[in-house]
Amino acid sequence: MASQYMLPHVQQPPSFHSTASQPRQHQWSPYTENGGVILGIAGKDYVIIAGDTRSSEGYSINTRTARKIFDVGSGIVLGVVGMSADGEELARKVARRIDDYKRNHDKHITVNAAAVMLSRILYAKRFFPYYCQPLLGGLDEDGVGAIYTYDYVGSFEREASRAFGAAASLITPFLDNQINLKNQFVPGTNGDEPRKPGDLPMDRVEKIVKDAFTSAVERHIEVGDGLQLVRVTRPPPREAMEDEEEVDEREKTAGGGVLTEVMSELKKD
Amino acid sequence: MDALVSKYGGSDLDELHQIEDDDDEVSSSLPQSVSFILPPIDQPAKFLRAMTDDHSNPNAPIKLKHGTTTLAFKFQGGVMVCTDSRATQGSWISSQTVKKVIEINPYLLGTMAGGAADCQYWLTYLGMECRLHQLRHKRLISVAAASKILANLVYSYKGMGLSMGTMLTGVGAGGIFGLYYVDSDGNRVEGNLFCVGSGQTFAYGVLDRGYRFDLTDDEAVDLARRSILAATHRDAYSGGHINLYHIKKDGWVKLGFDDTNPIFWKQKLEKGEFQNVSTTLDS
Repeated sequence: MASQYMLPHVQQPPSFHSTASQPRQHQWSPYTENGGVILGIAGKDYVIIAGDTRSSEGYSINTRTARKIFDVGSGIVLGVVGMSADGEELARKVARRIDDYKRNHDKHITVNAAAVMLSRILYAKRFFPYYCQPLLGGLDEDGVGAIYTYDYVGSFEREASRAFGAAASLITPFLDNQINLKNQFVPGTNGDEPRKPGDLPMDRVEKIVKDAFTSAVERHIEVGDGLQLVRVTRPPPREAMEDEEEVDEREKTAGGGVLTEVMSELKKD
Repeated sequence: MDALVSKYGGSDLDELHQIEDDDDEVSSSLPQSVSFILPPIDQPAKFLRAMTDDHSNPNAPIKLKHGTTTLAFKFQGGVMVCTDSRATQGSWISSQTVKKVIEINPYLLGTMAGGAADCQYWLTYLGMECRLHQLRHKRLISVAAASKILANLVYSYKGMGLSMGTMLTGVGAGGIFGLYYVDSDGNRVEGNLFCVGSGQTFAYGVLDRGYRFDLTDDEAVDLARRSILAATHRDAYSGGHINLYHIKKDGWVKLGFDDTNPIFWKQKLEKGEFQNVSTTLDS
């Protein structure tokens, strides 16, 4: 860790012991860090989950087009950062379980049920954790945006906004200020009346998300290349004169929300 | 249906003798909840420690959430339960809005210290066991019995790397209040007053000073809040919001989840406390 901040002319002290005579310790290390950052924001009738598309190992960039946000079915999205292998495996598992639920019960799983399910999946690996931080999003039974955030072994909480990953420490303070309006006060009240965080319109939140990522790219080496932004919104209202059977079928297949994905560019250096 | 009955049905209900408020009603064999996946190596616990214990290895890749102040005390009006809401990973504040009081059912609460996931998972599991007890015996489980289920459970995982320090409290059958401290080492202690977490000493200082069993409800609320406030002030790993619950004869009531900062300034400016903190830069 320290070597990252070392000046170029500073050398490591030379070792006088040949490594051959030393007992060598072997460590089984099944984890790698692939960098990147994800971010989720819940509004009153939408959810936005976004992530960059860079995947790196140390200073090497493996790919510039790796998606971190997954459609796991039933109008639910899962974002994962950390080790991409574990993240993708987790996304596959969640998607499979959500599909199983739909086939077994002939209805879509709710986001809060999916949230508990993901927690159990993570805790089943309590003694050999997945090396990734997941973030689950969708619309709840009232059509209100829901973001569930997890730690590695499955503790979870519903939150309004959250950033995970390499640049989380850069993005979180920005989100605190712009989404939750922390430490902001109504002008003219001499700092007595805090501004109340309200229902931000989706287009404004999308702008905030883009700003968060372009800023993180400027200051973090593991973030960049592309931005994958996924929206979950309410389905458009049905036409009044529709066949009832057809409506039922639509209800079964549409889930709680409609997903749209927008890909855009970020700096690639 | 028969399968369900044979799985969950206990002995014949008529044969049940009257059980005192103690622990001997805990069934000896607990159903195994899940099969945990273990790493394919000789010493799974050692591996887990190397990967997750940021105390012994600051470069551990998986940093679990830590840091807490939680308290609970019995008094004339029931039990007060109060916690902070901060979660830290190293020096990074990962959340200021953690719910560290876990609502097991309308009669039982558990507090969260140590591993957040361990507390959430096992206290939820305990909720299932308590419900099954209720269905089998047609009455509420006692807090003594519930705490013993939890203690036995975590003891069976001793050395595997679970981390939890919880206070299990509530009302059981016959409106009897219970308060137990249970941790992942296997300790289970009954008491009138506990503080748990990195800020426990600060909370104990204020709580012990003001505690009497015959505290009125309002006094108890103030004392609980003030103790957590003291801990959030002096312990960097505690902060965020003050989460407060009161357990009464017919179950718990949530009394608030309030930002510490305005409470601190109110306490300082209106009550004249925290004189140590200056409001100007020149001291």
